[in-house]
Amino acid sequence: MLLEAPFTEAKIRALAVGEMVEISGLVFTGRDAVHKYLHDGGKPPVDLTDSIIYHCGPVVVQEKGRWVVKAAGPTTSIREEPFQGPLMERYKIRGVIGKGGMGPKTLEYCQKVGGVYLHAIGGAAQVLAERVVAVEGVHLMEEFGSPEAIWEFRVERFPVVVTMDSHGRSLHRDVLAASQEALARLL
Amino acid sequence: MQAKVMQSRLLELIRRTSSRLPDDVVRVIERGRRREQPGSTAEYALQVILDNIAMARDKSLPLCQDTGTIICYADLPAWLDESAFATSFSRAVAQATKLGYLRQNSVDSLTGKNSGTNLGPGSPSYHLHQTRGRSLLVRLILKGGGCENVGAQYSLPDTKLGAGRDLAGVRRCILDAVHQAQGKGCGPGILGVCIGGDRGSGYVASKEALLRTLDDQNPEPSLAKLEKQIVQEANTLGIGPMGFGGATTLLGCKIAHRNRLPASFFVSISYMCWAYRRDGFALSESGKITRWLYA
Ligand code: SF4
Repeated sequence: MLLEAPFTEAKIRALAVGEMVEISGLVFTGRDAVHKYLHDGGKPPVDLTDSIIYHCGPVVVQEKGRWVVKAAGPTTSIREEPFQGPLMERYKIRGVIGKGGMGPKTLEYCQKVGGVYLHAIGGAAQVLAERVVAVEGVHLMEEFGSPEAIWEFRVERFPVVVTMDSHGRSLHRDVLAASQEALARLL
Repeated sequence: MQAKVMQSRLLELIRRTSSRLPDDVVRVIERGRRREQPGSTAEYALQVILDNIAMARDKSLPLCQDTGTIICYADLPAWLDESAFATSFSRAVAQATKLGYLRQNSVDSLTGKNSGTNLGPGSPSYHLHQTRGRSLLVRLILKGGGCENVGAQYSLPDTKLGAGRDLAGVRRCILDAVHQAQGKGCGPGILGVCIGGDRGSGYVASKEALLRTLDDQNPEPSLAKLEKQIVQEANTLGIGPMGFGGATTLLGCKIAHRNRLPASFFVSISYMCWAYRRDGFALSESGKITRWLYA
């Protein structure tokens, strides 16, 4: 199913855990440094209203005066657990792309704000880089360096799976519980 | 052989390792995809993974942007000494980093500073041995950080797991480790396990176990049986690729053993992600690659 910008609350609330989604539009990368900066009151250099944040430290190089993305897989999301929910609320960030899932605090804010967690395929650096069709800008590069900067990625049919939705469901929590039971039966 | 020739051969080994998975691994991932339910998220994840493997190979670009810990195993013949080999390999690593086959991935643990070359104390990680053979054998593993973080070491007996000092206890530890890892190590994963040794040598041997191919057979019958059993049981846990749920949680399990002290009994488990980058070659004294070890 296609999820196209603008990423409005209504579109996001229509998504449910387990759905395979392809995103088209603008997404912003952000990892540890960006989350800490925004959390500490730093001014966002881009308009985050109805945006999607991608936990990604890409490899981007300049070729003939333009940015080219060489690798763009997701990084582990749980490190942003303390910051993510409050930032979603403050700036109306609607979507978070990453890997490994997030915890109960973020899940609670997904419900409250109308947000989702979108799991990208960990390690699929080449497939995902190919879906970044243009780099439209970069911010906080001087301060944080290339992998930690905010990159504006124009993506087309960027493949993800909804693993936490705005209805209080988390696939990560469900799989953990089911596999716990299966393990208990084996042991 | 000139040092320059050696360095260029080693650079080629690094490029290959970073951009292509060995056939034995690809085959098992393909088998996993066929087993998943059509239209499921598990099948979808494995398809994206297979597409990524093909694309990285075609473009000769890193499979995953985390090019991991560089673990180098070499059997050195009489014509080559350790320091000459390590110098050539380190130079090849720095060059591979510059060319983008490897990411700048080595950070000083005290200052947090990235060396930018992948060189520094303990990086790359060398495991060098002498051999009576005529050829230089080099094997390389690139092991990502996400999967390394979900490795685990158990000290038996473990009362919480009900694991005693026998293979039944070992089985409980391994299944527990798979469950703890969920999808966080970029599963489906491959386990390298060592029974025994000390805390250090156990982990070293668990990584060495990852040098085996997925379709080989453990010469020790009791371990061969346990390896099969672990894979089959782990795949009933329902964790699936990326932890999305599904039938493909574990692609393989390779178990080594080392003697231990009477007082200790460790089970050391290294988790390898699906991006199981392992390659190797045999190099003659004249500088010719005579054989790829995993082709
Ligand atoms: S765990 Fe493996 S596949 Fe996942 S990001 Fe790290 S190196 Fe890549």
